[in-house]
Amino acid sequence: MDFLRPTTWEEALAAKAERPEAVPLQGGTDVMVEINFGVRRPPALLDLTRVAELRTWSEADGVHRVGAGVPYTTVVEELGGALPGLAQASRTVGSPQIRNRGTVGGNLGAASPAGDCHPPLLAAGAVVEVESRERGVRLIPAAEFYLGVKRSALLPDELIRAVRVAGAAGPQYFSKVGTRNAMVIAVCSFAVALHPRERRVGTGIGSAAPTPLRATAAEEFLSAELDWSAALDPALLRRFGELCAAAAAPIDDVRGTAAYRRHAIAVLARRTLTWAWDDHLGRRAA
Amino acid sequence: MRVTFTVNGREETVDDVWEGESLLYVLRERVGLPGSKNACEQGECGSCTVYLDGTPVCACLVAAGQAEGRRVRTVEGLADGDRLDPVQEAFVECGAVQCGFCTPGLVVQAHDLIERVARPSDAEIREALAGNLCRCTGYEKILDAVRLAAARKAAP
Repeated sequence: MDFLRPTTWEEALAAKAERPEAVPLQGGTDVMVEINFGVRRPPALLDLTRVAELRTWSEADGVHRVGAGVPYTTVVEELGGALPGLAQASRTVGSPQIRNRGTVGGNLGAASPAGDCHPPLLAAGAVVEVESRERGVRLIPAAEFYLGVKRSALLPDELIRAVRVAGAAGPQYFSKVGTRNAMVIAVCSFAVALHPRERRVGTGIGSAAPTPLRATAAEEFLSAELDWSAALDPALLRRFGELCAAAAAPIDDVRGTAAYRRHAIAVLARRTLTWAWDDHLGRRAA
Repeated sequence: MRVTFTVNGREETVDDVWEGESLLYVLRERVGLPGSKNACEQGECGSCTVYLDGTPVCACLVAAGQAEGRRVRTVEGLADGDRLDPVQEAFVECGAVQCGFCTPGLVVQAHDLIERVARPSDAEIREALAGNLCRCTGYEKILDAVRLAAARKAAP
């Protein structure tokens, strides 16, 4: 096994171009587990922790560009105001030690259907910025990034550089089902983001299908039926939950059954929309 | 490969490190610092918690090569010679140690908490220690120890 240690983004892209089989390594919270247990023996590890720019985030024209090496702890401490959905999800990741090391970029790279960042990124309409030496930058909408269980649209010679997320224009919530508050891989999870200017609600479902996904029919239903100045109609809320549950395609596994996950998605969808709607009406009244 | 890093203030160079090896293995098996415990090897238990450039991390999830040029502080680096760190003293006084396997990780993690938060609430203590598993104590004595260490630090 080789251990590649680029110190600049250009060096990192060159290393990935020359060694597309190299596995990128940030906080190691997924990759090192697989190596420790002998599940994976990559021919090379590409350590990206020396590429300083990846650990920074910036904002321009209301869009936040979060470097692939920004740890969850930083998202929680610095981005809770601008990106509340992503910050809430980050706060549920593992433990403090894991949040100090694990990164949003790593979550995207692993592309696990249970990854906590995916639902809020989907709900907010985030864009994943990837790059290769040969073809330059590609911008991939989150909704097109996840292709299968632990498979993404990232090509072998590409690296994830950042994720771009518009600052929240309305309330956002994330909720996750697990057996305790810490160290939990989601049984299932759900994120909602209100986009009041566009009269639109974004959704993201986690750990209840082969990939994280949007509940598109539920979003369209709300766009058509929601009265943005009124209290939530209970029948509409119930229908929203049903459509979100219908969008899921869960399996039975050690963490829960498919039937439980489908049920829980409906509950989480109703609950998060209610929280968001209370905030929305509260802001209007204030 | 060769890895050079600072551990508890001393520069260490280790050779013939396997590229997939963890910092935890290097500390325990190559540098002779077995204080950080090897339990789950998947970041679930916190027994291998060490400071890496001042931030608590699970040493089992840090690739050895990632420690190159970095500063590591282990549980062995908390005491000042024969004088225990206040967190260590509090663990002894409160009976927060039973089998002792989780203790080094808990001590490092608690040490970080009270460095950052002067008077942590119970909720803050619980959240800070959420990634450190203890199967003996039921955690109550551990919480007592952290409260005691924090109180002494705030009003020595």
